[in-house]
Amino acid sequence: MSASKNLTPELFQPAMIADSAKNQLARERVGFWKDAWRRYCSNKGALIGLIIIIAIGLLAFIAPAVSSYDYQTQNVKIQNKESFYGDHIFGTDKFGRDLWTRTWYGAKISLLIAFLAAFLDLVIGVTFGGISGYFGGRVDMILQRIIEILYSIPNLIVVILLMLIFEPGIVPIAVAMAVAGWVPMARVVRAQMLKLKSQEFVLAARTLGASHGRILTKHMIPNVMGPIIIAVTFAIPTAIFFEAFLSFIGLGIRPPEASLGVLLSEGADVFQLFPYQLFWPAVVISLIMLSFNLIGDGLRDALDPRMRK
Amino acid sequence: MAKVLEVRDLHVSFKTYNGEVQAVRGVSFDVNKGETVAVVGESGCGKSVTSQTIMRLLPSPPSMIKSGEIMFDGKDLTKLDEKQLEKIRGAEIAMIFQDPMTSLNPTMTVGGQITEGLMKHQKMSKEEAKKKAIEMLRLVGIPSPESRISQYPHQFSGGMRQRAMIAIALSCAPKLLIADEPTTALDVTIQAQIIDLMKELQEKVGTSIILITHDLGVVADIADRVVVMYAGKVVESGSLDEVFYQPKHPYTWGLLASMPRLDQSSDQDLQPIPGSPPNLLNPPKGCPFAARCKYAMKICTQEMPETSDVSSTHRVACWLQHPMAPKVEPPAMAVGGE
Amino acid sequence: MSQLQTVKMETRTTSQAKKDVILEVRNLKKHFILGKNQVVQAVDGVSFDVYRGETLGLVGESGCGKSTIGRTLIRLYNATSGSVKFDGKDIYSLKGKELKKFNQKMQMIFQDPYASLNPRMTVMDIIAEGIDIHGLAKGEERRRRVIELLETVGLNEEHADRFPHEFSGGQRQRIGIARALAVEPDFIIADEPISALDVSIQAQVVNLMKRLQRERGLTYLFIAHDLSMVKYISDRVGVMYLGNLVELAESDELYDNPLHPYTEALLSAVPIPDPETARTRERIILEGDVPSPINPPSGCRFRTRCPKAMDICSQVVPTWQEAAPNHWVACHLYNDEAKRES
Repeated sequence: MSASKNLTPELFQPAMIADSAKNQLARERVGFWKDAWRRYCSNKGALIGLIIIIAIGLLAFIAPAVSSYDYQTQNVKIQNKESFYGDHIFGTDKFGRDLWTRTWYGAKISLLIAFLAAFLDLVIGVTFGGISGYFGGRVDMILQRIIEILYSIPNLIVVILLMLIFEPGIVPIAVAMAVAGWVPMARVVRAQMLKLKSQEFVLAARTLGASHGRILTKHMIPNVMGPIIIAVTFAIPTAIFFEAFLSFIGLGIRPPEASLGVLLSEGADVFQLFPYQLFWPAVVISLIMLSFNLIGDGLRDALDPRMRK
Repeated sequence: MAKVLEVRDLHVSFKTYNGEVQAVRGVSFDVNKGETVAVVGESGCGKSVTSQTIMRLLPSPPSMIKSGEIMFDGKDLTKLDEKQLEKIRGAEIAMIFQDPMTSLNPTMTVGGQITEGLMKHQKMSKEEAKKKAIEMLRLVGIPSPESRISQYPHQFSGGMRQRAMIAIALSCAPKLLIADEPTTALDVTIQAQIIDLMKELQEKVGTSIILITHDLGVVADIADRVVVMYAGKVVESGSLDEVFYQPKHPYTWGLLASMPRLDQSSDQDLQPIPGSPPNLLNPPKGCPFAARCKYAMKICTQEMPETSDVSSTHRVACWLQHPMAPKVEPPAMAVGGE
Repeated sequence: MSQLQTVKMETRTTSQAKKDVILEVRNLKKHFILGKNQVVQAVDGVSFDVYRGETLGLVGESGCGKSTIGRTLIRLYNATSGSVKFDGKDIYSLKGKELKKFNQKMQMIFQDPYASLNPRMTVMDIIAEGIDIHGLAKGEERRRRVIELLETVGLNEEHADRFPHEFSGGQRQRIGIARALAVEPDFIIADEPISALDVSIQAQVVNLMKRLQRERGLTYLFIAHDLSMVKYISDRVGVMYLGNLVELAESDELYDNPLHPYTEALLSAVPIPDPETARTRERIILEGDVPSPINPPSGCRFRTRCPKAMDICSQVVPTWQEAAPNHWVACHLYNDEAKRES
């Protein structure tokens, strides 16, 4: 090393290293959510998924409103026109309705139902799972038996029965799906609660005399947010699929209202003659399902505490 | 003495999304035949990364061997492909891990896990391998090995599992055994059993051992030579007595002075090392210990000290060894005990 | 048997009357029910006193019940039986205001610096948690107190608004200590506070704890498996084995003159960082492993591994007695009657 030749005695004087330097923080300052966002962005698939969902969401809410056509106005002169016929980008259906408008309108209805169902899942699941996991013991035992009974009844039967009682519409469908679908959410929350309950920071709060309310709101809920968000993200595509399925078999949204399920059902009827009528709604629903799954995977990686040290 | 292993100027880095963590930054040491070399240091100093690099166990990416060589038996382990490595792993270099609970396969009998290696590396028949497995279990002090051989790991206690791990590791009579914190997860009385066993087996089998540990007590018990690591670098290495009785690096002093000793009265205050180790994402350009060092000089913050020889076996990387540096006496607690 | 123990304990209290007892534990038992006929006797009849201002160390191997004792004493678990008096009051019958007071006066430092701080709270809120719960201060005063505490434990103001994951293990443990200090406790249970830390950092935390004890007159129950550290920090040390206290004495006395065979074995098994000592000393290597606390051995629980086991050990539970002044042991070797019988 050439540097070793021009060493001066001056260099061997004691260095003044400030005490503050000894207490440097090991890591730079990044909040949890900011850190998670950074990790999320490093996942290309998840980012693409998010962009697609935002694009579909915007189209679903804006396209029907600004379109010069209505989702239900029929026009017998332009029945079953191919895609890109005039200003009918997706073409028209057997009643001459603009498929572009109908598809996005349907997507909007489907998304609304899915978000509403996921939100109801969230409310019921978090409450039920939270109580079950946090209090444990006998309470947990009873609530778990209830969950097991509910889980043993096939979802489809529950939903079909409920659909026979309710008038079909956005809210009834969402409610019916939530009634049958909150169990997985409750299980996720319960498992997280059980895990957190014995964590030392919760014990520390208890030794300080913290009330149940304080422990739940300050210590438990903020720490189960990650898994809850992930569970919701995966619940949405399931709800969309289920809605489509219900509408497809005629139990969901009824024509002339549109949802992706209704459109798929109508498209499937004329699939051999006019495949584009099935193609466009199918593309949209596939993109929604795929994107939500990508987002869910990305969120799981970004929010998973095991990734953090 | 014949050298079993030579590590030369090894650099290992990890790619993380924050940047490149330089976990090992120029580590060199030798292991001679039949000796035990202890690699000591705190968590994150690179001791485990070094040992796993020797075994080539680190997945790449995210890990990368940036430079350096690991000579074993005339071969450079850093250059071998997976097939060649498989022949060496388990047969010529074996490893035991910290946690005996997770390092055994829970779905396979203990005997099966020993015979697996024997049949693969030594081409033994099933019968021979089974006989050898029973012999190995007896050697590591597991009572009634004939019946134990068909049991699963969960039927063994913690200490027994670690014994079984050692039996697996030694079954193919490896030239080198890497023990990564083999006693850390065990209770004191069980730890004493395992250390005794390792000493005894080394005499019988003649394997060289690299012992990775943070516990200087275990080192004093079993090692012949000591390598002290800090922030990815070797700061001091020497024979057991040299490092314990004539330590030269302020970090070694700090380690020795910050531990209370059972055989000494508690009047003396412990002398902790202030602060915490540097972030290896962005290591300091001078001596990594300078920021925590009571004796730090200006040069220490500017340039990494070169390794100098104190004796033919004792080497230290510290600017205090330079002729221009002031003479410094180590704190009394660091060289206590006499 | 337990009656005998109580009698013995009475005599002890009189001989120790001059010292101020802050915590009195009598025949404490904590059993966990796993299922039908499966009971883990984690702590099974432990009696000791803690004097104001001292550090009592509790050592033992994993599963010996030392952490369970700590958690039972601070009411994280309810005791199965036995009595615990803190400042003369039975802690399990405390309610309302008195319970709040107890929560302030007795605090705990936890083992895992990574799990003991809520990752979603800032250091400020973590330390102020006790202040908030007990309504000790608000607004500017709250902030001032937290900063004072941060400085007490060797951190500073700029750390207050950061999150736990930005800190190293040692720094986090300091934050945990500051959180406990915030409610101005008299008694702190330290449950393996340093075993997750690196050697050089352990000494920082231990020195900090010693300084705080000097400055604030704290009493510690220091639970650890590292005998050298426990001996260093404690005035008296209790040794536990499989849910029982087997020996209790002043730390130097315990080291110089261990009575129980388990203590002897434990002391001789602790590695000493001195090659010369390591080469010359004789070690007692215990055979086998610790039995399960679900089905502990009859009589003395240590007998299955004891090099000095006698016939009586399997039949009679040894009494907890003062074999020498201030030196308590539960072993038939020091029981004259039992010796005569055998």
